[in-house]
Amino acid sequence: MRILLVEDDQTVRGFVAKGLKEAGHVVDQADNGKDGLFLAVSESFDTIILDRMLPGGIDGLHLLETIRAQNNRTPVLVLSALSQVDDRVAGLKAGGDDYLTKPFAFSELLARIEALGRRGKGETGPATRLVVADLEMDLLSRQVKRGGQKIDLQPREFRLLEYLMRHAGQVVTRTMLLEGVWDYHFDPQTNVIDVHVSRLRQKIDKPFPVALIHTIRNAGYMLRDE
Amino acid sequence: MALPALFGSGGRKGGNLGAGSQAISGQTLAAHPHLSSAAAGPASPGARSRRNDLIRSASLRLALVYAVLFMLSAIVFMSFIWWATVGLLEREVDAAIVADARALSERWADGGLPALADSIRQRVASNVDDDALYLMVAPGGATIAGNLAAWPDGVTRSDVTYQLRISRDGLRSLAEVEAFALPGGFKLLVGRDVHARVILKRLLTDTLLWAMLMVGGLGLSGALIVRSLFRRMVRNVAQTTRAIASGDLTQRVPLSGSGDEFDRVAETINHMLDRIARLMDGVRQVSNAIAHDLRTPITRARTRLEDAALHATSTEEMQAAIERAVADLDGVTAVFEALLRIAEIEAGARRSAFAELELSALLDDLAELYGAVAEERGLTLELTPSEPIPIFGDRPLLQQAVANLLDNALKFSRPGGTVFLGAVRDGGWARITVADGGIGMAPAELSRASERFFRAESARSTPGSGLGLSLVQAVAQLHGGQFLLENRGEGAPGLVATLVLKAERPPARIADRMEAPSSVPHPDETVPPLHSPP
Repeated sequence: MRILLVEDDQTVRGFVAKGLKEAGHVVDQADNGKDGLFLAVSESFDTIILDRMLPGGIDGLHLLETIRAQNNRTPVLVLSALSQVDDRVAGLKAGGDDYLTKPFAFSELLARIEALGRRGKGETGPATRLVVADLEMDLLSRQVKRGGQKIDLQPREFRLLEYLMRHAGQVVTRTMLLEGVWDYHFDPQTNVIDVHVSRLRQKIDKPFPVALIHTIRNAGYMLRDE
Repeated sequence: MALPALFGSGGRKGGNLGAGSQAISGQTLAAHPHLSSAAAGPASPGARSRRNDLIRSASLRLALVYAVLFMLSAIVFMSFIWWATVGLLEREVDAAIVADARALSERWADGGLPALADSIRQRVASNVDDDALYLMVAPGGATIAGNLAAWPDGVTRSDVTYQLRISRDGLRSLAEVEAFALPGGFKLLVGRDVHARVILKRLLTDTLLWAMLMVGGLGLSGALIVRSLFRRMVRNVAQTTRAIASGDLTQRVPLSGSGDEFDRVAETINHMLDRIARLMDGVRQVSNAIAHDLRTPITRARTRLEDAALHATSTEEMQAAIERAVADLDGVTAVFEALLRIAEIEAGARRSAFAELELSALLDDLAELYGAVAEERGLTLELTPSEPIPIFGDRPLLQQAVANLLDNALKFSRPGGTVFLGAVRDGGWARITVADGGIGMAPAELSRASERFFRAESARSTPGSGLGLSLVQAVAQLHGGQFLLENRGEGAPGLVATLVLKAERPPARIADRMEAPSSVPHPDETVPPLHSPP
C-alpha cells in the first residue's frame, strides 16, 4: 500500500514510517499540515495517517475537511493525543474513517491501517459468501461449514467469525474486535475478547487438524489459511 | 418671603450636585493614569491615591447620601414652618389692608370726603394696637386726616404694595402701605406698621439658621456613624477573603448572630469557602494519589529498562525487559485515560451524547460478553430477565459502568460463585444491580470505595487502578442518579452494587425534548431510598 504519513513529532514519524516500511508499505512523509495537504491532493494514496495537531497553519481536521470537500475518498486514520469522546466524534465527523489515540501500540496502528486499506479498495458488491481455506460462511442462510461439516454458532460467535473472515490474512486487535463485533468503545479490564475467541476456536479449530485462528503475540488475532 | 429661602436652599443643593459631578469626573480621570497625573499636577501619588480611595469608597458614598437626604428633609421641614408662620402673617397684613381700603372706599361712596375723613379719624382712635396707618391728603399735599406726618416719598402708584421706613412719634419703624387715588385729586394711604412682624421674622430666621447648622452637624455625624458601621461589616468579609487569598483556607467570616442581611452574605461566603476547601482537599488527595499511582509503574518501567541496559546479557533478556516496561507504561496510559474520562463525565460534558436507549437489551449484551469470562473462571453469571426499561442516557458510558461492576464482581468472586445481574424499574427510576458472593468489603471501606484510587485492603493484591467505581459513581451522577454499594448482609458474603438511574421521562416530555435536543434532564429530583436488594 502507498501510505501518506502526516505527523510533526519526528520520533513518532520515524518509528511509524520504519514499521510501515518493514510491513511492506511505501510511505510518504510530511511534518506539517501545508506539505501534507499538498501531497494529499497532488498524489494518490491508499491510506492517510493524519496527526490532529500540526504546525504550519493547517491542522489535521482542517486538512481532512479540505480533501473531503474535494471529493477525495482516501481512507484516513486520525492520530491524536486528544482522547476525549467529543474529540473522537469531531475527528470522525470531519471525514476520518478511524481514530487512534496517542500513545498507541504500533501493532494496533498497523492492524487498523491494513483494515482501512482493504476498505479503501472497496469490496466488490455485498458478498453473500465468505471462504477461507475449507471454512465457508453463508451470510444469507447464516450457516458455517468447515470441510463440508456444519458448525453451529451463537449469533455473537457468528459475527465474530464474520469479522475475522472479512479481515482474513490481517491482524485484528482486541480493540478492533470489541468495536467491530460488540460496538463497545471502552477498555475492559478483563480479557473478555480472548475468552470469546477461545470459545470460537473450540468450535472452528479444535475438531480439525489445521488451526485457522492464530494468536499474534502483542497484537491480536489473525484468521488465515496456513 | 418663603420662596427666596426655598430657592436659596435649592442653590445650595445645586452646589452639592456640582461637587458630586466633580467627584465622578475625578474617578474617570483616575482610570487613565497619564491623564490623572497631568490633571493632578505636582500632588504626591500617595495623596492622590488616598483621594481616589475616598471617592471610590462605597461607605463614603453611602454616608454622603445619608447626609444629603437628612439635610434635604430638614430644609423641606423648615421651609414649611417659615411658610406657616411668617408667610401667614404677611398674607394677613395684605388682607387687612385690602379690607380696610374696601371699607373706606364704601364710606367715600356713602358720604363723600367728610365721611371718609371721619371714618379715618375714628379708626385711628379706636386702633388699640396702634399698628394701622392711614393718611388722606388733598390735591395740594395737605393732610386731611390720618396718623402719618406726611405723604411718603416715592409712593406714587396705586397698584403696588410698598415697604417703607417710617418715623412715628420719634420711633423708627417699618410699614407696609398701599396708595389709592380718590376722585378730585385726593389720595388715600392705607397701611400697617409691621415692626413686630419684622422682629418675629428675624427671630425665626435666626432660629432656623441655627437649626440648619445643628441639622448639618447631626447629618454629618450620622453619616460618619453610617460609614463606620458599613465599613465594619465589610471589613470582616474583606479581612477573611484577604486571608484566604493569601493561602489560609481555614478563615471564616465571623457572624454577628443577628441573622441580618450581612449575616446571610457571610453565611453564603462561608458555605462557598467550605465547598472550595472540600474541592481543594479532593484535588490534593487525587494529586497525591496520581503522584503515587503513576510514579510506581513509571519507576518500575524505568528500573527495568535501566537494569536491562546495564545487566542484560542476551538480546532475549533485553527484549523481555523492554516488553515488560512497555506494559507498565500502557498501565500508566490506562490510568490517565480513566482519570480524564472521569473528569470529563464529572464536568457534565457528555450530556450531549444522551439518547433514548433500552436498558435490558444493554444488559443482555453485557451479560453475553461477560458470561463467557465467568464460565471460564468457573463462575456463573446470572442475568435476571426483565421487561424493557427505556431510559434516556449515554449508552457507551452505561456500558462501561456496568462492565466495571461486572469486572469487579468477577474479579472478587470465590470459585464456584454466582454473580447476579439485573435491572428493575422502580417508579421513575431504573435500578441496575450487580451482586456477587465474593470477599465483600469492610463497612468503613464501603463509603470510600468510589473515591479515586481507593483500594480496599483485601484488594491490594489483585490488579486494578482503583478508578473503576469512581467512574461508575460519575456515570450515576451524570444520569441524575446514585451509586450504592453495600454488603449483602444476613450472613451471606459478597457485595451488592446498585446503579440507580433516572428512568425515561413521560411521553409528552420526550416530545418536547425531541424538538429541542439541547435540553437535557437535570438531576433535580431526589433519589428514592434504597430498597433491600434481591
